[in-house]
Amino acid sequence: MSEAEIRAAVIGVLRSIAPEMEEEAIAPDRPLRDQIDLDSMDWLNVIVALHERLNVEIPESDYARLTTLDAVVAYIGARRPA
Amino acid sequence: MIAFKLPSLGADMDEGKLLEWKIKPGDRVKRGDVVAVVDTTKAAVEVEIWEEGTVHELIVEPGEKIPVGTVMALLLAPGETAQTAVRPQLAPAFPAGAAAPSARRRISPAARKHAEALGVNLDSVEGTGPGGAVTLEDVEKVSRHPSAPGQAAEEIPHRNLEIRRAIGAAMSRSKREIPHYYLSETIPMLRASEWLARENDRRPLPERLLMAVLLLKASALACKAVPEMNGHYRDGAFRPSAAVHLGVAISLRRGGLVAPAIHDAAERPLADLMKGLSDLVKRARAGSLKSSEMSDPTITVSNLGDTGVEATFAIIYPPQVAIVGFGRIAPRPWVDGDALVARPTVVATLSADHRASDGHRGALFLAEINRLLQAPEAL
Repeated sequence: MSEAEIRAAVIGVLRSIAPEMEEEAIAPDRPLRDQIDLDSMDWLNVIVALHERLNVEIPESDYARLTTLDAVVAYIGARRPA
Repeated sequence: MIAFKLPSLGADMDEGKLLEWKIKPGDRVKRGDVVAVVDTTKAAVEVEIWEEGTVHELIVEPGEKIPVGTVMALLLAPGETAQTAVRPQLAPAFPAGAAAPSARRRISPAARKHAEALGVNLDSVEGTGPGGAVTLEDVEKVSRHPSAPGQAAEEIPHRNLEIRRAIGAAMSRSKREIPHYYLSETIPMLRASEWLARENDRRPLPERLLMAVLLLKASALACKAVPEMNGHYRDGAFRPSAAVHLGVAISLRRGGLVAPAIHDAAERPLADLMKGLSDLVKRARAGSLKSSEMSDPTITVSNLGDTGVEATFAIIYPPQVAIVGFGRIAPRPWVDGDALVARPTVVATLSADHRASDGHRGALFLAEINRLLQAPEAL
């Protein structure tokens, strides 16, 4: 799965939680949760959906690393089975 | 004969529009059945019935907007037949001649119908009838002047306006009628955080818990210790509730918020509470809540800290008598013995009704939440 494909999948997950989100308005290097107003329940749902759709294990201790869209895409790219 | 009325759907919802009947004449219903879907300003609500019987007649038509208390349908009680049953009088929600509650405006049915047909916003119509009632003529006056404020207001997304008005009306009533007092307490969260991290480490992803669930459970249990925080103030007296139906403030993505109940929150294990919360948030955002969830809360928790504030001083949602607020959980300076250390803490606040309790009892309530959060494994 290419980086572009992972990014598209992440966007798809975010859109399923925050349907009103505008992809173009997201700055990929700025904190994600603030930009699309995700509370902790939304965030947990995002992580569960990423786990299910992209087949990655995400321990809770790693949540702090998933700050920006770029960081999420990089994290998943590194964790996905090759 | 049983008169099925539109139940109260919370302090900020005093009318609803029938979207759909889920029953038809001849159907048998039992307690807890969803019989209708009613649109309020905030959500489509599945209205449940709490009596048993056979549907006799549907009185309100889909599309009709009706105030709380309106008889929507007639049912035959078990054992009754259409011949033996006594048809109740379909009294108006507010008896003629009686002053309508201040939050409601008197609007003649013809005026209401006409306003709806013309797309005139009734809130902007000045009433000139008896007791300030809005008459047909008042509605026509506004509709003849397209520059009237009612017309301009229609251009702003109507639903958002309605939500803001409904919340404004309920909160004004709360601030006007309830003598609030406010307390706050900083609670150390090291034990709860460590316990939760360990717990989530061993749970598969979809079963992980949120800290919010621990805060909700501790608040519900504290109601058992200090029952003056849990119940309703009605007809001049505080009526405590044996069950804790915990209202949870949930922000709606398109604006506004709802605070539906998680039933019997004090009795439910954390995992079950988490499922309940997750389901409630999902349904609140999708706009499909049940009438009992809207009208039942006996106390509310606002976990606004989740999005970043230090502390929240909330307004009580009538007829409840208390609301608990939690701020952001973050490392802060903490005195441990004679050392100053960085510890995760949360500022818990209580807004409570002086008609039901005093600050002393309120302080005990917050202290109890603190105590419970220091033994998370027991929650």
